[in-house]
Amino acid sequence: MDPKTYKFDTLSLHAGYQPSKNAGSRQVPIYQTTSYMFDDVDHAAALFNLERGGHIYSRMSNPTVQVLEERVCALEGGTAALATASGMSAIFLTIMTLCNAGDHMVVSSQLYGGTVNLFRLTLPKFGIKTTFVKPRDTEGFKKAIQPNTKGIFGELVGNPGNELMNMPEVSKIAKDAGIPLIIDSTYQTPYLCRPFEHGADLVVHSLTKWMSGNGSSMAGILVEGGTFNWMQNDKFPNMTEPYEGYHGLSFAEEFGPTAFTMMARAEGMRDMGPCLAPQNAWNILHGIETLSLRMEKHCSNALKMVEYLSNHESVAWVSHASAPGHPDKELAEKILPKGTGSMIAFGIKGGKEAGAAFIDNVKLASHLANVGDARTLVIHPASATHSQMDEATLKFAGLSHDMIRLSVGLEDFEDIVNDFENGFRAAKKPRLVANK
Amino acid sequence: MRFKVRGIDTFASTGGRPFDKNKPLMIFVHGSGLSHMVWVLQTRYFAFRGYSILAIDLPGHGLSSGESLKTIEEMGDWVGDVIDAVGCKEASLVGHSQGCLVTMECAKQHPEKIKTLTLMGGAGAIPLNPELLELAETSNTKAVDLMMDWAHGPAGHFGGHPVPGLYHLNVGSMLVQEKKEIKDTLGVDFRACDNYKNGFEAAKKLDLPTLCILGDADKMCPLKEGKKLADHIKGSEVHVINNCGHMMLLEEADQTLEILKSFIGKHYPLKK
Ligand SMILES: Cc1ncc(COP(=O)(O)O)c(C=O)c1O
Repeated sequence: MDPKTYKFDTLSLHAGYQPSKNAGSRQVPIYQTTSYMFDDVDHAAALFNLERGGHIYSRMSNPTVQVLEERVCALEGGTAALATASGMSAIFLTIMTLCNAGDHMVVSSQLYGGTVNLFRLTLPKFGIKTTFVKPRDTEGFKKAIQPNTKGIFGELVGNPGNELMNMPEVSKIAKDAGIPLIIDSTYQTPYLCRPFEHGADLVVHSLTKWMSGNGSSMAGILVEGGTFNWMQNDKFPNMTEPYEGYHGLSFAEEFGPTAFTMMARAEGMRDMGPCLAPQNAWNILHGIETLSLRMEKHCSNALKMVEYLSNHESVAWVSHASAPGHPDKELAEKILPKGTGSMIAFGIKGGKEAGAAFIDNVKLASHLANVGDARTLVIHPASATHSQMDEATLKFAGLSHDMIRLSVGLEDFEDIVNDFENGFRAAKKPRLVANK
Repeated sequence: MRFKVRGIDTFASTGGRPFDKNKPLMIFVHGSGLSHMVWVLQTRYFAFRGYSILAIDLPGHGLSSGESLKTIEEMGDWVGDVIDAVGCKEASLVGHSQGCLVTMECAKQHPEKIKTLTLMGGAGAIPLNPELLELAETSNTKAVDLMMDWAHGPAGHFGGHPVPGLYHLNVGSMLVQEKKEIKDTLGVDFRACDNYKNGFEAAKKLDLPTLCILGDADKMCPLKEGKKLADHIKGSEVHVINNCGHMMLLEEADQTLEILKSFIGKHYPLKK
């Protein structure tokens, strides 16, 4: 006897949506709408006071965006989700819901550059401080926890160095300290890893990347696992104390496993307003329909690329958790059994100059500041995504000047290789490059 | 709100309003393995409209301490004690699933205290599939998965939560797993339901305004069982919600609230 609830691929196509409630439309309609009629004064009052569910105004929620929220929630195995205008706003909203001025976060040092800036430079303006810990330094996460620490944040596979954070172990540390573990799972998507199954309490995504897969739209999402008990200690007054904005509502008491998302929407969306446009939600939903198919191909192409690069005379080193000798290979096999994703970092012989020449001479691979497109992307982080960082921060983030970051796309493998051969050939010739 | 019932630290949600024993009292009783949180889309509404609300956590459930009660009869009697414990004389009861058996028992044992009865997804008997019962009694979380599958209709399985962003199946599953050892909550509750044989007898004795809200796609307590129970209750009012499973209080929260509002307005109105 087994439950007949729908499984992953079915959920990617159907979760969150019933045609019968939408004029029979098989595809999700785009509610390009801002506001929703109240039945009467009593209905309006009830909606505003969270007595009933429903839409009021698209800054808070929108019917098309809601489908996306439920779909990602279903795929992640979460209780509730809140979609946002971008991945960055999902992270910001999460931290602003969790923390108050005077609070502290423990954060993995290998993160998307924008996230590093948020924790290092922007959050301190709001009185929220951060201690960075290297992703492999599991004990370091424990040591960095202070009495005012409100959570641990990290990317499972660090960007762009491909170092793994030991999520199951770090989650135990968070549990012992009575604080939630928040994972940015952009690079994995729920197809490769469902962090709630490994002890995470909250998950954030930039949906701009693999979830969408088409490079058309910005979006982010916060997903709640429903696993964290906010009432276990007195660290989370935002969740447990009466909230003046809703007549003394205690989110934890009333909403339990969905309290965090309810609070993030009721306060964060209301006051900060980074809502997702319905058209963008729809574009992302389109991408999610083929998530499994795409991720499979991303991963198989990535494995072939790792092999090709590892054996290439112009390549000094290759970093991918599947690569032979990668220090996290064993952990990766345990928590990422379907594949470790399609992000590869490699060092090109000849350093910074060779790197620049390579980038300028590949034609099929696109040189741009994104990852997770269906097309193959390349970038030289030291001169682009991470260029705001000084030398020391670069090093701490696991970056080097010869590093090229590669996001393997869905093209025919042979075509990518032919393109790379042109790049490597050009990289061997001397050329002029800016030198700061 | 925390208070003592039979010396046990008990939690009940008051729907976001301070408890006031001078207002008409409504008590909401959750189903097997669940807690007060299933009622949020009904309780806050009534709490902000002049009623005193207690969405209780049965002993051993949710935020209440103590051990789970072992029989439906005991649970019914315990709900009667809740009314005394908060200094009230009477209450209107609302139950879901197992909570229907419990509230019927309470109304049967304490007819003087209970003014109206609302039964959501109820049946006269709730025999459990033996395999499901065993899974729950051994704290196997597959019991939760099966329960979520059977308890939800199309809204649960596909989606469309009344509260934007929430996902039915996983909310339900986390509510049940709030307590680590589900054998102590779900296991005990399922056994109590399976053992309870007095449903129809209790139903026949009821003599108060009774409302039955049923879902036509309910697999836990199928529509025909719900109707059979309603047939045993004198003058009961029956509403069937189409395309809806066992969790009508969440899956079709708006319709459920409208039906409840009009029933309570008629039979348990606020004093002028
Ligand atoms: C891992 C990771 N998290 C968050 C972000 C930020 O997301 P967005 O660009 O959608 O704001 C990115 C963007 O590159 C990312 O790679």
